Amino acid sequence: MSLTNLEKKINSELTTKINSSGIKHGQLEIKINKDSLLDVVIFLKKNNSTKFRQLIDITAVDYIGSENRFKMIYLFLSHEFNYRVNINFNINENELVNSLTKIFPSANWMEREVFDMYGIKFSDHPDLRRILTDYGFSGHPLRKDFPMTGHSEVRYSEEKKKVIYEPVKLEQNYRNFDYSSPWEGTEYIKEVQKKND
Amino acid sequence: MTKEKKTLNLNFGPQHPAAHGVLRLILELDGEIVEKADPHIGLLHRGTEKLIENKTYSQAIPYFDRLDYVAPMNQEHAFALAIEKIMNVEVPIRGQYIRVIFCEIGRILSHILNITTQALDVGALTPSLWGFEEREKLMGFYERVSGSRLHANYFRPGGVHKDLPRGLEKDILDFCKTFPKIIDDLETLLTDNRIFKQRNVDIGIVSKEDALNYSFSGVMIRGSGIPWDLRKSQPYDCYEQIDFKIPIGKNGDCYDRYLCRIEEMRESIKIIEQCLKNLPKGPVKSMDNKLTPPPKKEIKQSMEALIHHFKLFTEGYRVKKDEIYTAVEAPKGEFGVYLISDGTNRPYKCKIRAPGFSHLQAMDYLIKGHMLADVPAVLGSLDIVFGEIDR
Repeated sequence: MSLTNLEKKINSELTTKINSSGIKHGQLEIKINKDSLLDVVIFLKKNNSTKFRQLIDITAVDYIGSENRFKMIYLFLSHEFNYRVNINFNINENELVNSLTKIFPSANWMEREVFDMYGIKFSDHPDLRRILTDYGFSGHPLRKDFPMTGHSEVRYSEEKKKVIYEPVKLEQNYRNFDYSSPWEGTEYIKEVQKKND
Repeated sequence: MTKEKKTLNLNFGPQHPAAHGVLRLILELDGEIVEKADPHIGLLHRGTEKLIENKTYSQAIPYFDRLDYVAPMNQEHAFALAIEKIMNVEVPIRGQYIRVIFCEIGRILSHILNITTQALDVGALTPSLWGFEEREKLMGFYERVSGSRLHANYFRPGGVHKDLPRGLEKDILDFCKTFPKIIDDLETLLTDNRIFKQRNVDIGIVSKEDALNYSFSGVMIRGSGIPWDLRKSQPYDCYEQIDFKIPIGKNGDCYDRYLCRIEEMRESIKIIEQCLKNLPKGPVKSMDNKLTPPPKKEIKQSMEALIHHFKLFTEGYRVKKDEIYTAVEAPKGEFGVYLISDGTNRPYKCKIRAPGFSHLQAMDYLIKGHMLADVPAVLGSLDIVFGEIDR
């Protein structure tokens, strides 16, 4: 079955659950509604003509400033037919997403990572803890409004004889070079000039 | 009188030689039987994805070396392929062959490390002494081609950084002649070794169904008998033109995975030999100077070359707005990059799909009901490297 036929097949079976679909770089891309996630994933996994039996990855993208801030992306692989599919939908900052852990046990850590990095919460997740960041970390690092330098730094304190957390102190501001307009200079230089004026 | 069941909590790591890095594994033990394993990861988290979002595309490549640091070039490959696909760049055939040669060297590097340290974990010291001698030679090849033994930064979108230095082809070929003997020697130490078999056969069995459900890839899925290798099924670069076999296991236990790795090293040697035999002449990187820097010689004479050089090393190149997922068969499994570009000189998002992440996740499933002494054996056969898991 070719990829276009597969696209037609999925569209005819799932009809209204799919918002739009297309083929990009040899992979199927399907936009769905947030609420039909579980139905679509179960169909893709169980149906004999799709057999997307492996979850490759779950991730999110932060489009800060747009109406629906986050875009959730799910990647699946079908070993039998050698196809990849990308399922995605947009959500608001406070919306809950259904967890896939019941269908794919490997979704557990992937969803924990998305929660840790973006602060997106999953309903029915058995164990939604942070995974990559430190114990007691606050904030969600991959959000676009999280500064790259972070908020706190650690060091060993000789007086207290333990590792302590302090607010980040930089000798020099992090320089974000604005290469897109080389002749207008970068933002931080403008700020300095304003101060001096 | 009823006996109250009492479980013991054991902290395995983060400072433990058999944890293969900084893994904190919290084990719940009933006597010597493991009832639950909860891996705590992230102790090596460096925020690679966040850093990449704030750097230009060419500044991002070195971060890929620091993911799975025992096979650095395989990671760079995934990132380079993603950009090439978006920008529709053709890699010269010599460049493709060189990339494949170094990918396979990376595979051997990684498999030697894994096999020998797994043997070390279950009590055999000698394999690591013999194996590391060979790794040293391979890292020598890395150094000659890129200037550094580990963090190569050699693969670039559009090809590789530089052509092979004189004499390297012959030295790699010589290595290919002597290395099969070393694999044989390693096998005499391990394959029929009674202790090694007792520690590995029937330990950590993964069924086909579970290998799929737990998102396994690479040797972990092939060990369970699923013939799946991205080099064959979704070939990239010149893998299509090369003749090699995919070893698969039968039982899905630690021992089968060990055997798969041994055979894969032999296949890698065949791939390298074929590549060297058919290595064509010509450029090693795309001639598009909007993407790859012009040769140093031209910079001295051509104004245009100088401008290209300057623009590439300050502003970097821009990648048009697109989204793409590309995956390569890294030594540990499917290593993928989900790249979102927005038309500027920096990635909007670069999600790294590390194979070890899903393998380690299955630790609880793999180790439940096994003895405490099996933990290092299973952990060893998962082939985990924390650089890529924690990112």
